Amino acid sequence: MIEKMFFAGSGGQGIILMGQMITYAAMYDNKAVTFLPSYGPEMRGGTANCTVVISDKPVSCPLVYEADVVVAMNLPSLTKFESLVKPGGKLFVNTSLIDQRPTRTDIQVIDVPANDLAAEMGNGRAANMIMLGAVAHSIGIVADAAFDKIMQKTFSGKKAALLDLNRAAFHAVKVN
Amino acid sequence: MAEKVLMKGNEAFAEAAMRGGCRFYFGYPITPQSEIPEYMSRELPKRGGVFVQAESELGAINMTYGAGAAGGSVFISSSSPGIALMQEGMSFLCSAEVPAVILNVSRCGPGIGGIQPGQADYFQATRGGGNGDYHMPVFAPCNMQEAVDIIYEAPALADKWRTPVMILADGMMGQMMEPVALPDPKPFVEPEEIPANKPWAITGYAKKPGGARAVVKSLRMQPEALEEHVERLFARYDAAKAELTRYECIGLEDAELVFVAYGTIARLTLEVIEMLAEQGIKAGLIRPISLWPFPYEAFDQIGKRTKVVVSAELSMGQLIEDVYRGVNGRLPVELIHRTGGIIPTSIEVAQKAKAILEGLK
Amino acid sequence: MKPVFTYTKGMLPVSTSYCPGCTHGIAHRLIMEVLEENGKLGDTVGVAPIGCSVLAHQFMNVDMCEAAHGRAPAVATGIRRAQPHKVVFTYQGDGDLASIGMSEIIAAAARGERFSTFFINNGIYGMTGGQIAPTTLIGQRGTTAVEGRTKAQFGMPIKMCELIAQLECAVYVERVALNTPANVRKAKKAVQKAFEVQEKGLGFSFVEFLSTCPTNWGLTPSDALQWVSDKMIPYYPLGVYRAPQPEGGQA
Repeated sequence: MIEKMFFAGSGGQGIILMGQMITYAAMYDNKAVTFLPSYGPEMRGGTANCTVVISDKPVSCPLVYEADVVVAMNLPSLTKFESLVKPGGKLFVNTSLIDQRPTRTDIQVIDVPANDLAAEMGNGRAANMIMLGAVAHSIGIVADAAFDKIMQKTFSGKKAALLDLNRAAFHAVKVN
Repeated sequence: MAEKVLMKGNEAFAEAAMRGGCRFYFGYPITPQSEIPEYMSRELPKRGGVFVQAESELGAINMTYGAGAAGGSVFISSSSPGIALMQEGMSFLCSAEVPAVILNVSRCGPGIGGIQPGQADYFQATRGGGNGDYHMPVFAPCNMQEAVDIIYEAPALADKWRTPVMILADGMMGQMMEPVALPDPKPFVEPEEIPANKPWAITGYAKKPGGARAVVKSLRMQPEALEEHVERLFARYDAAKAELTRYECIGLEDAELVFVAYGTIARLTLEVIEMLAEQGIKAGLIRPISLWPFPYEAFDQIGKRTKVVVSAELSMGQLIEDVYRGVNGRLPVELIHRTGGIIPTSIEVAQKAKAILEGLK
Repeated sequence: MKPVFTYTKGMLPVSTSYCPGCTHGIAHRLIMEVLEENGKLGDTVGVAPIGCSVLAHQFMNVDMCEAAHGRAPAVATGIRRAQPHKVVFTYQGDGDLASIGMSEIIAAAARGERFSTFFINNGIYGMTGGQIAPTTLIGQRGTTAVEGRTKAQFGMPIKMCELIAQLECAVYVERVALNTPANVRKAKKAVQKAFEVQEKGLGFSFVEFLSTCPTNWGLTPSDALQWVSDKMIPYYPLGVYRAPQPEGGQA
């Protein structure tokens, strides 16, 4: 089993956090993992993206040219990275912020209105956790308990009050 | 073994250096390794170590020279153009036999170049860049655990062989996260222990066993004295080669094509080998872990089925010069490369490898 | 019979490589005398520069290290951090300190590194044969300005004490001269003060010695001393440029 994933959006959408959390969860679940953020001279704004590889044997290459999963959190990400999905792979589209449809027909497109659902739950900033939950449950290779461990680590201390909300967000969408 | 933690490469490198006993860090910010001085500025003072943000890379390497000459265990880091600035100092460290651990989280050049990962510092690392006859051990790990293990070991190697030791990583390794098991921390050496541990160090001679005055220097005005000194350094290099030469060979026995690659591109080559295998092509890999001393002997393990040896590198053909020396005319040598910060896709490398094999028929 | 000259314990019993009439020997001896009087010869590390005093480690009886041209303050920073209880000094000439090593000296002074720098200003590159230095006076000749330094071509000579004294963490800054017995005695007091400030951990200390280079100046030793009085001191005024405020004194 090897799952190559690519998360993309704009700075501030919690893209890196999504990638890191699924990486941690997979590591807790005894998978081999790599996480690679894009890096550039700009410190704020711009696009944010990261690559995650999860495997049951050591990861040879941390780069992804054909992704099993691409997550597009905003329109520029969809435009730029739709082509990265390998035939038969999954493209997650944050339909709250993306009003265009993907053009490919050889892939599975999964619509998640992440920002709308987060707003309904009372905190628009949990959109990334809603999307992460959708992705995690769709690929199904990392146990929920491992996600719960990283949830508890991420939302602790000053952020402890956010744990219940983000847990609920993570479980808000179940897709196959 | 310790529980694995997920760490960003740069932070894991810094942590490994501290755990390996490095008490001093002198740094200057440069992408893509600035997390290292940031991490050191937070962590070293807490553990009784010293962090100084130097005025420049020239300042940093010369602080390293001073602290190392005074017996301190020093780790420093920079990236390609910053390493270029440090090379005057590295030549001094080598001649004056001052230990230190130097990490290059390399980017691409020439000049400012770009900030994406590259391997175009191969000559800079292995052929010097500072003036004069000298070498220093250079290690190029290809994943986080290997990097952590080598950086942890490096201070002891530097002390043992009285030389700076370079670790050559790249921007991708610095920026990526991967689980690592961190080795147990070694205690820092106290200044009072140094006169007994390192009698050659400039600590003041009052408390030194024997009370001999120490001078750390590289100047030798008499040609005969300088020649003798340099020959002594090279005799030590010869003595150190067996311990320092490191490499990994994968699938050489029945490989039609053998890649030679280090660091990031070596990792990618593993994926290429799998891809080629799916297409019925057997490929192998010689992965130098030490770039100096270069593992020429690994090429003797190439099997009878091999038709071609391919240097895969993120530079315009630097590693290939050592590949030629290793192959020594026994087989054709080809180059697959990208530069400028571009890492080729494994698909691209596999296609080029197939084309090379086709071209031989 | 009473000896009129003996080696101080701080000077090794060898002949120096300096030209007759050069004041490097006086500066060496003053620094070593103070260390001997303080009982610190065995607890001191000196850093020699590139220049005529590159061989200082053959003359000064303390542990020493050679630095690359201009880098002595960075090297001393490293030494002081690794051996925080030792006395550390750099000994640098004007090309080394005020030209190629300007960045290192200013940065070390700004950080308030707890070592002392002894700056030999003779207004010329000695070892390389008399080229113009950053401190060469207007009109003074050098092998790279045979008609004499002009402002138009080289700008004005750099006054290092005045520059360093701008930096708050450089707590002791004084310029002295080695041209007369009275000035030599004052110079020794400045060396004492610099080491005192260092040992108290107050910050960076800096003493500039106006010195001679009879060989490259083309003067006899005695004329060279006179030249310091007539030409150098008027442009480079002697005195204390910064000193620690007395306890309870105003900042």
